[in-house]
Amino acid sequence: MKGIITLTVMNRPGVLNRITNLFSKRSYNIESITVGGSEQENISRITVVVQVQNETEIEQMTKQLNKQIDVIKVTDITGQAMVARELALIKVTASTQARAEIYSLIEPFRGSVVDISRDSLVIQITGEADKIEAFIELLRPYGIKELARTGTTAFLRGTQRSQGVKNISIV
Amino acid sequence: MQKSALAECKDEVLLKSGADILLESLKKEEVELIFGYPGGAVLPIYDSLYDAGIPHILARHEQGAIHAAEGYARITGKPGVVIATSGPGATNIVTGLADALIDSIPLVVFTGQVATGVIGSDAFQEADVLGITTPITKHNYQVRDPKDFPRIIKEAFYIASSGRPGPVLIDVPKDMAVLPAQAEEEPVINLPGYQPTTTPNYLQIKKLSEALSQAKKPLILAGAGILFAKAHDSLRAFAEQQNIPVVHTLLGLGGFPADHSLFIGMAGMHGCYAANMGLTDCDLLINIGARFDDRLTGNLKHFAPNAAVAHIDIDPAEIGKNVPTQIPIVGDAKEALDLLIAQEGGKPESSAWITQLHEWNEAHPYRYKRTSGKLLPQYVLQLLHSQTGGEAIVTTDVGQHQMWAAQYYGFNKPHAWVTSGGLGTMGFGLPAAIGAQLAQPDATVAAVLGDGGFQMTLQELGVIAEHKLPIKIIVINNHALGMVRQWQETFYNERYSHSIFTSQPSFVKLAEAYGIKAYEIKTEKEAEERMAEALSLKEPVLLDFHVEQMEKVYPMVAPGKGLHEMEGV
Ligand SMILES: Cc1ncc(C[n+]2csc(CCOP(=O)(O)OP(=O)(O)O)c2C)c(N)n1
Repeated sequence: MKGIITLTVMNRPGVLNRITNLFSKRSYNIESITVGGSEQENISRITVVVQVQNETEIEQMTKQLNKQIDVIKVTDITGQAMVARELALIKVTASTQARAEIYSLIEPFRGSVVDISRDSLVIQITGEADKIEAFIELLRPYGIKELARTGTTAFLRGTQRSQGVKNISIV
Repeated sequence: MQKSALAECKDEVLLKSGADILLESLKKEEVELIFGYPGGAVLPIYDSLYDAGIPHILARHEQGAIHAAEGYARITGKPGVVIATSGPGATNIVTGLADALIDSIPLVVFTGQVATGVIGSDAFQEADVLGITTPITKHNYQVRDPKDFPRIIKEAFYIASSGRPGPVLIDVPKDMAVLPAQAEEEPVINLPGYQPTTTPNYLQIKKLSEALSQAKKPLILAGAGILFAKAHDSLRAFAEQQNIPVVHTLLGLGGFPADHSLFIGMAGMHGCYAANMGLTDCDLLINIGARFDDRLTGNLKHFAPNAAVAHIDIDPAEIGKNVPTQIPIVGDAKEALDLLIAQEGGKPESSAWITQLHEWNEAHPYRYKRTSGKLLPQYVLQLLHSQTGGEAIVTTDVGQHQMWAAQYYGFNKPHAWVTSGGLGTMGFGLPAAIGAQLAQPDATVAAVLGDGGFQMTLQELGVIAEHKLPIKIIVINNHALGMVRQWQETFYNERYSHSIFTSQPSFVKLAEAYGIKAYEIKTEKEAEERMAEALSLKEPVLLDFHVEQMEKVYPMVAPGKGLHEMEGV
């Protein structure tokens, strides 16, 4: 299964290394990891999407992350109501004949064309990972020349349908 | 004009070198001893150390320094302090850091580093120490501004010794030790992400207390967490109040008195039959400060199959990691035990169970048979026990002798057993004894070593001789890497691939070269006399016991087997 863990961490040298180390030490496969600023100065937010066998593995991972001194908070948001977004840049072969067809695909996915050359287009698309995957599959037949995905960044929605957040802090 | 000269002079008074600030910070932490080895990148620190008034033990190898610091930390409960130079000095302490992390030993380790201006340029003796040590430290720092020394050092000692203890490393670029700075007098710890829970959840305590009143076959598994929390008295009071039998992990030995009627023995791969059957048969297992290591549990499928499991641990990540746990209690072992003692629940009906455990112990004690005319290793450990009345501090190396020491040296008091458990680090025993003896100069300290492991760090004999540390060095000399040989005999068709020493130095002459008294011993009579002599002397003595090579450590839970499937019972 896929787990999503978000962390807030002190923005100090070596923090990212400590975190990715933990995943490799326990041989969990990171599917994506995004790092960036947060609403607080000197505190970064990290979103990790990880492939695990079961819930226990995510719980163990969460606890190990929590043990890191520079990690302030760890939240396992797998299966929670969340806002999750990823951005992808896709350079697709686009002959003049195919262009109109490709444009018609971009529209419903609310992508946008950010660069055009004689024989290719660069499309930017944001959304949940599933949507991006579907879009990529649609484009594949035209010939994808280059693909760059940022990985998911996410946090919980303001209102939760489920019975509250599984917030594994230190206790 | 005059005014600015005054200001300058005032500045001079306030500014100190990073190295001076470092050492002052160590004094504030009441550091009484440093273990280390100098080199280029730490020359400024050693220069300040020259007249700083903190004693320093010059090891003969950085690995010796860090294992000595581990021994010191185990005995005192205070962080051991180590200094090593950059590059090779730092890489030489890697084994000790990994050892300390897995066995939760508090250390504060300083490594030199090349100057900030050349970091990353593959400068002379540069190594990425933060990168190398990240997975084997509880936390690490690199100093980027000399005025941060007081805060970083204060944080390092706090992190190393609180919560689940562990090693903290501080990498010090050479210019950071030289640059003048104004030290903060009262540094403020800034660790928003680190708040170890020590007070247990009361509801869980109640739940455990209720479970106890229902239990018929309760059992306490006590690990080294008891020792770190200084919870030995509370453990005893709780076990006695509730009439619960106790088994120990390898690292927990001494947390509960071995001669107590509720003590069943050590559990695990080379534990006793009764302890392992107890774990298999109990209906309520109370783990206090142990991490359900695989050498303790055997095959998890067969581990405590009928038991409700309660687990008291300061580290929440240990709870439920290996064994599903119904009653999780995150907190300090002593606080938890004291709360449990104060509960007013009913006692378990455990007397039939205790009788059963004792019967198992009587039917299947640790035993050995004289097969050849040769001295037997188990006998030597029994002798050490009887001649020291179980009162010595015992350090060991790793291998068969370690297991025999655990089996035959009954520890009646805490903080007397120093062994490398989780990492199983050969070369640990001799330097660890140095740290232990320095921690308790008047105690009898015995270093029980295999002839293999002894040869990994024997250069530290130099430290023992220099400081006249009265350590009794007990070499269990089977002319083999005994534990490897045993596994090859049992699991690899007696194909003794590179486990038998065909050439060995005279350990007696070697010790004598250091000015240390030494005897070779081949008979029980010699053993008794020399052991008594050695223990009576206030000086180091090496006793080289030539023992039967083919002895095996029994009983044993073979790898992959359950605890109930012991061989050689
Ligand atoms: C640094 C290190 N290298 C290798 C091992 C693997 N090992 C475990 S026990 C053992 C044999 C130890 O032999 P010795 O020190 O003579 O002790 P004995 O088992 O004979 O008592 C070895 C090689 C280890 N634990 N540590």
